[in-house]
Amino acid sequence: MIYVTRRAEFSASHYYHNPELSPEENRRIFGKCNNPHGHGHNYTLEVTVAGDVDSKTGMVLDIKDLKQLVEDEVLQSMDHRFLNKEVPVFSSTLPTTENIAVEIWKRLAQKLPNGKLHRIRLYETPDLYVDYFGEA
Amino acid sequence: MIHLTRRYRFSASHRLHNEALSAEENRRLYGKCDNAFGHGHNYVLDVTMAGPVEPETGMVFDLGELDRTIEREVLERFDTANLNLDDKTFRNVVPTTENLCMEIYQTLEAKLAGRERWPAARLERVRLEETNSNYFEYAGGARRS
Repeated sequence: MIYVTRRAEFSASHYYHNPELSPEENRRIFGKCNNPHGHGHNYTLEVTVAGDVDSKTGMVLDIKDLKQLVEDEVLQSMDHRFLNKEVPVFSSTLPTTENIAVEIWKRLAQKLPNGKLHRIRLYETPDLYVDYFGEA
Repeated sequence: MIHLTRRYRFSASHRLHNEALSAEENRRLYGKCDNAFGHGHNYVLDVTMAGPVEPETGMVFDLGELDRTIEREVLERFDTANLNLDDKTFRNVVPTTENLCMEIYQTLEAKLAGRERWPAARLERVRLEETNSNYFEYAGGARRS
């Protein structure tokens, strides 16, 4: 078993607001992230695939395929977007880094040509990231 | 279950020296880190919380709470401190980065548990970089001997 990690970057804006909470509650919990005009981040995504090395190719999976999959499933819909307004799932789910990581997992897990999705690591800033390993 | 990691920085000085060992033994074991005047590092601390995503907030833990806790429990205590002289714990324990990493974990574990909105969130791991070339990770469990 070996782990292969591919990194990708995208830039997007978001804000945090739960309509079920009062404006005061939203401001208290989310602070400046509650600004309705949104604010942006340069996200760094690391997709880790676990699998066995294929004896014929010496690879777990073709890294070009993984790159293309991330491009098609994640970057095309999230890069340079306002996540709350342009990515449908985030009109009803808060686009926190946690929820974005879970959404990316859902988009990629079933579509890998080889190997098994092991981890989604998503950096919101160089000092903050989340790891998601799927449902235990 | 999701893991969230936040990075913090602090600068401190230390000297690696064990009074129970001879001067020669200390020099042999700790090399230039045994220098009697001490020396400093810019430490990089990664604190990882684990828990479910709380549905109302979409968050695993409140970052403001995390920042305030680390500020109060770690940064105020260790930043710009001489670990050997300024901290009670390290008067009798050699302030290696291993021991510092474990001390930070043990200090934070209870303080970050059982928060009202995030009752299932818990401290998963403390990772402490002493320099760009070495770091230590502690996830609880083994006791300090």
